Amino acid sequence: MNMADFFSMGGRGFYVWSSFGAVALALVIEMMLVKKRGSAAAQLKKTVAETQQ
Amino acid sequence: MIAPNSLFEATPAAAQTDAPGAPRLESSKGMPEQTGAFSDASSDVVEQSRSLERGFFVSTKRDTFLAFRSKGEVIQALVFFVMVVSLFPLAIGAETVLLKRIAPGVVWVAALLSVLLTLPRLFASDYLDGTLEQMLLSPFPLTLIVAGKMAAHWLTTGLPLALIAPLLGLQFGLGGDELAVLVISLLLGTPILSMLGAVGAALTLGVRGGSVLVALLILPLYIPVLIFGAGAVEAVASGIDYGANLSLLGAGLLFGALATPFAVAAAVKISLD
Amino acid sequence: MNLYKYASPATFYPLAGKLIPWFAALAVVFGLIGLYLGLIVAPEDAQQGQVYRIIFIHVPTAWVGMVVYLVMAAYGVAALTLKTRLSSMMMEALAPTGALFTALALLTGALWGKPTWGTYWIWDARMTSTLILLFLYVGYIALIHAIEDKKRADKAGALLVIVGSVNVPIIYFSVRWWNTLHQGASVSVTGSKMAAVMAQGMLVMALACWMYAIAVVLVRVRAIILERQYKGANDMVGLSMGARGMAGTEMTGTEMMGTK
Repeated sequence: MNMADFFSMGGRGFYVWSSFGAVALALVIEMMLVKKRGSAAAQLKKTVAETQQ
Repeated sequence: MIAPNSLFEATPAAAQTDAPGAPRLESSKGMPEQTGAFSDASSDVVEQSRSLERGFFVSTKRDTFLAFRSKGEVIQALVFFVMVVSLFPLAIGAETVLLKRIAPGVVWVAALLSVLLTLPRLFASDYLDGTLEQMLLSPFPLTLIVAGKMAAHWLTTGLPLALIAPLLGLQFGLGGDELAVLVISLLLGTPILSMLGAVGAALTLGVRGGSVLVALLILPLYIPVLIFGAGAVEAVASGIDYGANLSLLGAGLLFGALATPFAVAAAVKISLD
Repeated sequence: MNLYKYASPATFYPLAGKLIPWFAALAVVFGLIGLYLGLIVAPEDAQQGQVYRIIFIHVPTAWVGMVVYLVMAAYGVAALTLKTRLSSMMMEALAPTGALFTALALLTGALWGKPTWGTYWIWDARMTSTLILLFLYVGYIALIHAIEDKKRADKAGALLVIVGSVNVPIIYFSVRWWNTLHQGASVSVTGSKMAAVMAQGMLVMALACWMYAIAVVLVRVRAIILERQYKGANDMVGLSMGARGMAGTEMTGTEMMGTK
């Protein structure tokens, strides 16, 4: 199988690659959001710890 | 003996200061009896089981009376139902074959929406004036009280809808058999709508944006009722056996009657905590 | 501070932190193997051609979306019966990921539908049930965000998901029933003759999705644990700092808390 065949997916490349692409994109966005939430929460913990001293 | 009104002994204004001439649910003269009521009931098992049932009936009776006293509420939901159904011919044209085809679905969706509209009144006023908290403290199990409220809700929404539905069915050109099955399916299905709706209404007590929220929570749960209810009418219209649909609705009704009072009682406790 | 109150989340927090890299690594490994099997090794489908390869992402996402809801229901039972705070936090952490996977299952299903049946949306039993499942997620998320009292939101959410999960089999059954009556199309990949490598590819992709979901949920639940523990404390700090600032006033921190 050569590269061109692989990407064209029998002429249905658009559907196959947008499916996989959409899932990949969504997961990357979710990871970024969840990471942001995590670091915001860690920051919160830090400020509370600092001010309580 | 338990005075029925002792259940709601501390009910403030709303339930007891009626407009002049309005029928009072129970007189409040039985007040002194209430102190002895609980111990009487627990001393006699037979007496107790009778009075437990009473918690259900008193609650049903009270809510039904309250709903009918403010006549507006019951009639408004009915008018809404009729209006929504009447919009469809205007929206899609008055072609007889098409109307007959969509009639079961239209009537059922409209029934779903009108029940949904009336859900807030299940608990809202009792929640606001503190009656609900009194019910929590009353000697009757909360499960039976909320079951009574659900029954009252059905008597004042589902039942009228089912009774007026044949009229709407006629407008859509449904025949005798179809009309009969439509009414039966509504009689079996709308109690389930009241039961599931009560869960949503209890969970969202006093929450902002409550009515839209109830719709979001409850509509997905209504889908099986919609499918079997409208499906029964469609089946009879296309000459297929409609018994299975009605049996499934009946099974749902039994299951709902057994399970939802507990869920609603739990939801009320969560919301009042 | 009352340590008992945070006992369970407090021990879980570092444990989750240790587990996250492992699940993330497994997700990457399974993902690469699954993509290799699904996109390169698996043969072309006799009827649908190459486009059937969408199932390698569609089925796993649908599976995760479905099972996450049931996992939430299990946590809901734990939250209401054992009164564990962590269970409710897990529910809150699971819901967004479950909803996302359900939405992705719908999206990939639509992208599969267009080349296969010529239309993006088809009222197929599975697609319809998945849509309803998404509605159930939306209802839960809307409910817990609408209730301001966290304790009440936790319990209300748990009860809603339990009631919903009792309904899930009934919904699936009713939708299938409806679908057979209305002769809707049904999705299947060459049915009986699915090659073994296809099944393996799907399984590995599903494992990848699971590992990813667990890793993300653990990160989110850690954030939630911190948020719940310190959000209130942060407000309190702000107040007592205000009190400290007011030199000469006899207000103490406890009095401030009392007034709050």
